[in-house]
Amino acid sequence: MFPASFEYVRAHTTDEAFAALQQHGFDGRVLAGGQSLIPAMRYRLARPAVLVDINPIKDLEFLKEENGFLRIGATTRDAALEFAPWILQRYSLITAVSKVVADPIVRHMGTVVGSVCHNDPAGDWTATSLASRAVMVVRGKNGLREVPIDEFLVDSYTTAVEEGEMALELKIPIPDAHTQGSYQKIERKVGDYATCAAAVQISLNADGTIRQAGIAITAAGPIAMRVAAAEAMLVGQKPSLELIKAAAAEAPKIASPNADQRGSSEYKKDMTRVLVGRGITEALQRLGVNA
Amino acid sequence: MNEIPVSIKINGKQVTASVESRTLLVHFIREQAELTGTHVGCDSSSCGVCTVLLDGDKPVKSCTMFAVMAHGHEITTVESLAPGGVLHPLQQAFWDQHGLQCGYCTPGMLMTSVALLKHNPNPTEHEIREGLSGNLCRCTGYNNIVKSIQQAAGVMSQAIPAAADD
Amino acid sequence: MTAPTTEKFAMGKSMKRKEDPRFLQGKGNYIDDINLKGQLYMALVHSPYPHANIKGIDSSAAMKVEGAVACVTSKELNAYNVGWLPTFHGLDKQMVLADGKVLYQYQEVAACYAETREAAYDMAELVEVDYEPLEVVNNPFKAMKDDVILRPDRENKTNHIYNWNVGDSSATDAALAASDHVVKQHVVFPRCHAAPLEPCGCIAEFDTMGRLQFYVTSQAPHVYRTALFLVLGIPEDKIHVISPDLGGGFGNKVPVYPGYVCAIAGALVLKRPVKWIETRTENLTSSFARDYHMDIEIGASNDGKLTALKVNTVADHGAFDAAADPSKYPAGMFGIVSGSYDFPVAYANLDAYFTNKQPGGVAYRCSFRVTEASYLIERAMDIVADELKMDPTELRRKNFIRKDQFPYKSPLNFTYDSGDYEHTMDVALERIGYKQLLKEQAEKRAKGELMGIGISTFTEVTGAGPSKHFDILGIKMFDGAEIRIHPSGAGIIRTGSKSQGQGHETTWAQIVAEELGLDPQNFLVEEGDTDTAPYGLGTYASRSTPVAGGALALAARKIREKARKIAAHVLEVDERDLEWKDYKFEVMGAPGKSITMKEIAFAAYTNPGDNEPGLEATLYYDPPNMVFPHGTYVAVVDVDRETGETKVRRFLAIDDAGTIINPMIVEGQVHGGLTEGFAIAFMQEIAYDEAGNNLATNFTDYLVPTSLESPSWETGHTVTPSPHHPIGAKSVGESPNVGSPAAFVNAVIDALSPLGVRHIDMPLTREKVWAAIRAAEGQAAD
Ligand SMILES: Cc1cc2nc3c(=O)[nH]c(=O)nc-3n(C[C@H](O)[C@H](O)[C@H](O)COP(=O)(O)OP(=O)(O)OC[C@H]3O[C@@H](n4cnc5c(N)ncnc54)[C@H](O)[C@@H]3O)c2cc1C
Ligand code: FES
Ligand code: FES
Repeated sequence: MFPASFEYVRAHTTDEAFAALQQHGFDGRVLAGGQSLIPAMRYRLARPAVLVDINPIKDLEFLKEENGFLRIGATTRDAALEFAPWILQRYSLITAVSKVVADPIVRHMGTVVGSVCHNDPAGDWTATSLASRAVMVVRGKNGLREVPIDEFLVDSYTTAVEEGEMALELKIPIPDAHTQGSYQKIERKVGDYATCAAAVQISLNADGTIRQAGIAITAAGPIAMRVAAAEAMLVGQKPSLELIKAAAAEAPKIASPNADQRGSSEYKKDMTRVLVGRGITEALQRLGVNA
Repeated sequence: MNEIPVSIKINGKQVTASVESRTLLVHFIREQAELTGTHVGCDSSSCGVCTVLLDGDKPVKSCTMFAVMAHGHEITTVESLAPGGVLHPLQQAFWDQHGLQCGYCTPGMLMTSVALLKHNPNPTEHEIREGLSGNLCRCTGYNNIVKSIQQAAGVMSQAIPAAADD
Repeated sequence: MTAPTTEKFAMGKSMKRKEDPRFLQGKGNYIDDINLKGQLYMALVHSPYPHANIKGIDSSAAMKVEGAVACVTSKELNAYNVGWLPTFHGLDKQMVLADGKVLYQYQEVAACYAETREAAYDMAELVEVDYEPLEVVNNPFKAMKDDVILRPDRENKTNHIYNWNVGDSSATDAALAASDHVVKQHVVFPRCHAAPLEPCGCIAEFDTMGRLQFYVTSQAPHVYRTALFLVLGIPEDKIHVISPDLGGGFGNKVPVYPGYVCAIAGALVLKRPVKWIETRTENLTSSFARDYHMDIEIGASNDGKLTALKVNTVADHGAFDAAADPSKYPAGMFGIVSGSYDFPVAYANLDAYFTNKQPGGVAYRCSFRVTEASYLIERAMDIVADELKMDPTELRRKNFIRKDQFPYKSPLNFTYDSGDYEHTMDVALERIGYKQLLKEQAEKRAKGELMGIGISTFTEVTGAGPSKHFDILGIKMFDGAEIRIHPSGAGIIRTGSKSQGQGHETTWAQIVAEELGLDPQNFLVEEGDTDTAPYGLGTYASRSTPVAGGALALAARKIREKARKIAAHVLEVDERDLEWKDYKFEVMGAPGKSITMKEIAFAAYTNPGDNEPGLEATLYYDPPNMVFPHGTYVAVVDVDRETGETKVRRFLAIDDAGTIINPMIVEGQVHGGLTEGFAIAFMQEIAYDEAGNNLATNFTDYLVPTSLESPSWETGHTVTPSPHHPIGAKSVGESPNVGSPAAFVNAVIDALSPLGVRHIDMPLTREKVWAAIRAAEGQAAD
């Protein structure tokens, strides 16, 4: 299939891109990796009047640690994370997710920021951002603002990026030596969106109790969701099988998945429980704790 | 119509044409550059038969890029692999190991494999299967494609020290 | 293994494929690679409704698109008398473009022609169709009530299309009544699609002499030519069908699709070439395979001897009866449902119905409904074994048709040519280590882990077929072959078959080279051009090696007989004194005195003596019988109790395809077919919702497994040659797709059997497996 016509704006700088977006307002749309936008346009499910291509903006392509954050620029591809050896060593959640988003070829174009901005109900990076408590940097009329991920994700395909605005980078707090994560995804095959997935990140205190927990599920409702009750249940406790089981049981309580080709609502709900449980278990194992 | 001048270096040759902004890269390659080895198999970015290399080593689905996005970049297609008709070790291995049947997925498979071996010259079977999982093949059942890549990896890793001699 | 003893010349060698260098370098010539000067592009308008009256079609907005040329509806087609086309077996006709109403979602409603591809799609989007939705009949059980008649255009005002049956109904009922055990099961083979990676497409042009040049993705180019003559009334000499390289087919490229007729009609009226390439959605929504709802009953004695088989099937044929079956076999070869087993009596009955679904019933990598039949009997054998508390391999062993029973007349009217089922099964069980696996399984079960072993010992029937039984559009299902040997001993081979990746350019050369003692590298194999290739019914239903391959071997032998005369002339001996030995003619009793085929070829053009010069032959082969390949497949599966995830840990296929021409190619065919069988078993289905919406219209919902899901295949073979085929070959391209689904499902059910699960219909998605486990655990808890 072939997309409908559109006007193309090639932006070389953030200023150029921002100016074009401001000018076209509702008609304008950022074109990042295009891996969500272009398929939708080919089916004419999306038909933006103006596309502002941010790919040529060299300043937005970065992946670095600074001031306690892992900073991922708006044109940084999924593959950049997947292939960075230092990510592999220290970011177990990101390493895990970067191998199961879409397929290996799509990951060479798709961007992390674009994925979070797209806010697909089954997106993998959204759940990951929740579990790792990320912050999105957004450029608006009044300059830059940092939006915590929980506020950034508004509704299916809707974020805190307003008309004429754009996201510049995603900031993820650098995990310390006592923090590990896990990403659990059920997909029908590579290249399929999740039937259900869970992102988990756990930090331990020196005494072996849980200092912080990040738990999120995706493909389990209109957007990826934080399982706050499970997080609260874990914090301050010593890991045990019963604790994990109880925390995992919180996930289906907030899940409201749609029945579709991937599975019934009951199935997906039960999988939130199974996957959160497995995620916590694996993160703990990576911390050397076998509950 | 929104026609835009686009200039892409394809297999080392600069190809310049004015195309609609909505023209997909795969059609630019097939029609403007007249290189029909790169195929189209779906509309949902699912099959990978359109895979080409962007700027040397990044496999991308050329059906999921607008031609305008590749302006000023380099694209490598299957037609570049056998200069002077001498098969690339991967092409030779696909031939030796019966890594193709109808041949429709083959150009995309080859381009992904070229990138795969660049990133990881000695992949395990599992790594090969992971690396190829964006390219569908309906004919071969993948067994022989895996074997082909293993053969090529062996040949190419032996070829590298030899090349370093001169 | 009974490997052939004599060292062969070209036969049985894993010769590398001659076609590969062009594919490897991106130099294949597929339909979309062909462009004709001045061509227009066509896009189709599809119905969003599964069943609706069409109150009006307005193309005025579409015609305002820059580059728009024309928009055609059934009104224009009917004016040219091409509004409907006959289906292959001649029992129904099919709308080209919706005529007054639409009968399934995505049905073709209008055709738009434009200067560019993009403009054609812009047009299609703007064609306004006024639909009046009608009640939807989304399954055959609703259809059989005849509350809504879907096809009032037909003489009989019913949704029932036909009844077909074979066997002895009353004897079967009596035998069942007298059996110690009667096992019953309802089994559905879901609707699937062949989904080759290259979609279908065509370019139609009427050349300056008014001759139709029709480039098209066709597995059966000659049938297309004749069908176009029947549909369009164009004399056959004015039709040239060219089928270029095919990017897979698997049955999808057998039917004549409405888009083809629209492209030709456009080319005729607009006097410009018209190109149409399917979108993936068009590909997935214009035909289908399978969709059989089957009830099976098997009788057995206490000691495990099978006494009777009865099958009752309801077939969902969609909106038109466009099944590509031979005329006299509306249910194809479904009669193979008695499988590898010696049932004393059997009866199969089938009723087919219209529904609001896409038409088709193509032979998807199977010889017309063999997959449904094989799956059913192999699945049911496991259920019988389970009820009798027997090992499934022992039940099979006890009931196999024995080696000495061939040729075996089955109770459902086939005469099986040859086979050695028990031997093949033993080879498989030995290689997979069946005993150790059983031990491992017992240990796992004790720990509550779910591991399953699944067996399928299928028999296929392929190679349609003998002209007394088989025809399509009245044309008998033979195949032609033509061989011409050039003076240097090189040559050209042409057949009426058409490779879609099976490697005919290589294997055909091997067959001929073997028969003539010439170099297979020096044969050009040409197929797909109706101007040059001899008539043949094409490649599908595993018929190429059985039929075209037979034609080639016999044509080569015809050449050999001619060569004998020339040899006699050159060697100055009587031709009766010559013996074909070690790939040359030798003078009997004078071992040194001989002549090779290469020398004879030269002589045929330089010194033929009194013989007709030249060395070539054309032959049409009408096979005396079908061939019956068989095999034993074993799957080992682990099931995740919590998620329902299934993992095929091992899969072994031992095939018996008769004489093997090229082991490398045979193995490749098996790998590919197994992967398609795997997909059917675990993930693929053209599902419809209650409202008649098609839920699998692209590759995001119709799932093709990747290298990561696909198991690593283990293969092997036994060889039981066909006694009646010229080279003893059977076929193999389809066996893995026919035989494997049952092995996969049997393995999963075996894993779940400790929980009391007896059957789950394909595809075995995680959710279905999870639900079955849940239900069983729930029952256990009650
Ligand atoms: C075959 C296939 C399978 C896939 N499977 C998965 C999967 O399993 N899991 C998953 O999470 N994703 C999946 N994806 C989606 C893929 O990961 C996308 O790349 C990603 O969701 C979007 O990233 P992008 O850079 O391509 O964004 P684009 O497609 O360019 O943009 C997506 C949307 O975000 C907006 N946007 C992008 N960047 C910005 C910005 N900087 N500021 C404001 N708005 C912006 C765009 O305007 C657009 O609306 C799949 C895609 C394909 C083709
Ligand atoms: S054509 Fe299928 S992914 Fe590009
Ligand atoms: S060889 Fe046919 S799709 Fe791969």
